[in-house]
Amino acid sequence: MKNVNVVIAGLGGQGVIKASDILADAAFRAGFDVKKSELHGMSQRGGSVSSDVRFGAGILSPMVPEGEADALVALDKDQVAVNRHMLRPGVAPLDPDSLGGAKLPDRKSLNVAMLGLLSAGLEDLPESAWLEALDAAFSGGAAAANREAFRTGRSIGEAIKEKA
Amino acid sequence: MEPDTERILLSGDEAVALAARSAGVALGAGYPGTPSTEILEAFSALGGRAEWAPNEKAALEVAIGAAFAGARAIATMKHVGLNVAADPLFTAAYTGVKGGLAVVTADDPGMASSQNEQDNRHYARAAGVPMLEPADSQEAHDFTLAALEISERWGIPVLLRMTTRVCHSKTVVRPRAASGPAMQPHFERDIRGLVMVPAYARPAHRRLRKKLAEIAAWNETSGMNVILPGDASRGIIASGISAMHAREADPGARMLKLGCTHPLPMNAIRDFAASVRRCTVIEEGDPWLAGEIRAAGMTVEAKPEEYRFGELTVNRVRRILRGEPDSAAALPRGNPPQLCPGCPHRVVFETLGRLRCIVAGDIGCYTLGALPPFEAMDTCVCMGASITVGLGMRKVLPAAEAARVVSVTGDSTFMHSGIPGLLEMVYNPPETGHVALILDNGTTAMTGLQEHPGTGRSLAGEPAAAVLPERLAEAMGIERVFVADPVADAAGFERLLRESLDCRKPSVIVVRRPCLLSARKLKAAARRAEEGARSR
Repeated sequence: MKNVNVVIAGLGGQGVIKASDILADAAFRAGFDVKKSELHGMSQRGGSVSSDVRFGAGILSPMVPEGEADALVALDKDQVAVNRHMLRPGVAPLDPDSLGGAKLPDRKSLNVAMLGLLSAGLEDLPESAWLEALDAAFSGGAAAANREAFRTGRSIGEAIKEKA
Repeated sequence: MEPDTERILLSGDEAVALAARSAGVALGAGYPGTPSTEILEAFSALGGRAEWAPNEKAALEVAIGAAFAGARAIATMKHVGLNVAADPLFTAAYTGVKGGLAVVTADDPGMASSQNEQDNRHYARAAGVPMLEPADSQEAHDFTLAALEISERWGIPVLLRMTTRVCHSKTVVRPRAASGPAMQPHFERDIRGLVMVPAYARPAHRRLRKKLAEIAAWNETSGMNVILPGDASRGIIASGISAMHAREADPGARMLKLGCTHPLPMNAIRDFAASVRRCTVIEEGDPWLAGEIRAAGMTVEAKPEEYRFGELTVNRVRRILRGEPDSAAALPRGNPPQLCPGCPHRVVFETLGRLRCIVAGDIGCYTLGALPPFEAMDTCVCMGASITVGLGMRKVLPAAEAARVVSVTGDSTFMHSGIPGLLEMVYNPPETGHVALILDNGTTAMTGLQEHPGTGRSLAGEPAAAVLPERLAEAMGIERVFVADPVADAAGFERLLRESLDCRKPSVIVVRRPCLLSARKLKAAARRAEEGARSR
């Protein structure tokens, strides 16, 4: 299998790091080599945040090279323009509009709904690895809400895939 | 810990902490600084004894004391923190240590969250200490163990030089079994070895150079430096994260990946350079490695000057190898960070702007007061420079201008190195007096809400002494000391600031209002403690 590169982008406080932690953990649980990288610090204060996750048989640089991202997940539509150059030519970015106005159990779980959407296109990652990673990331009421958000995103992603 | 079989996904910082814990490090001391902060937090969470010292010099000295007493110790700091701790580092290289001492410096090429992008590899050469450069979390773990072993074997502090992308990237780690400390802590008197008066320091310098010569010989075959197979027409020499980018940029090239970069294994480098037709040094920051290798008489290619600036990436390394100009400057930029909505610092900068103050600033969240919409900070140099730089300006400016100068620092920065500034204000006061604002939000907010000597809590969250800046100022003999809350009373704060500017006397205003993020964190911690108490 070819290495997979994902860039998750958004604004400080939207859960970009949490989302990339879950993706990296899912890939790790599925047995892949994984590297994940982002900048902390200043970027926490409402500024642009982006996180790179790479997985496959063997990963070298922790940063996705420009033009080599297989997916761009933008939690804020305005962050697409800032990160579009990271995508491989011809690949469409995912942003909140891609969810088609689906109702989420909690606005805070947008990041996980977007992961669900992403998951439909990442065939090398089994759903069980995703669910394990979600269970490890959330507890209590947040766990149920995020599981539901993930399923909502994933079923929309699968519907889009079928149409294509 | 299960040796060799366990597989964990860790950041470089967490990997250092895990290795330090399994190697029996008795004490970790540091000052928070991106990207190094998480090392001691993780070390403490794993049950290690960790402390936030008031600043990096204090942290390194505490660690040196522990290592003099035979214990293993680590000191952690960001790159600029080592400037503060450089004084003890240079002479601890002379005294040497009994227990293993690893000094972690976390450099920030590209300045994700720093005031400069200095390259701390220069410190290894300048101080004369061995340096290890991990390239991922596995090496961060393994090299921490190696640093402690080298330190104990030669009785010398070892610099573990990390960078942002090693500290903050998560990669897979298989923890290795660690050898424990060589001795139990106890103090053995060694006046000639540990008291650096000139008569004892002269032979100590010779001992240091002898140790370094031995370590250089060991490093030729130490196993820290490896050759990755590839085409002999293209050779690459690299270390740290640059080696990862370079291997990806040209996987077919032959590579000498250096793990111990001071003292360099010059014979191994010479053999490698002779084995390839073209030899390029790929490094982030200053052309340090290329300079050292060229000074040893070898011909290697180095990156063009424009690649000295910013982080390297796979794309940039490809351009270096192809001899292409850099084009990174053309990339779109995201939204800049800003002060949180409702942040108490906002009122302060609105007021300073309205009063047209000349503001000598400092390092922290509040440095964002320099950006729009406030643009109410005029200087920021380094930790602790606000009070002193403001005083310097007051001493030479025409009186009308001097009277508008205000120094602004945060509580953690004040504890770190702002206190000598207040002493300067008392001892050498400008004719126009001065106004120092200490923005006390009760935490080290910028780096992620760490404790400090003013918060009343230790790194582990236990109760600790709380030093109040206003009491310190009063004890120094400053007559005008005030505590204000500009969120509760903005008009009162503005009035107090005007009076202080007009009175031509040294004044200290402690602006006290908790950080919003910290208040949320403390509430959650209190709730957890209560639930814990109930379940017991």
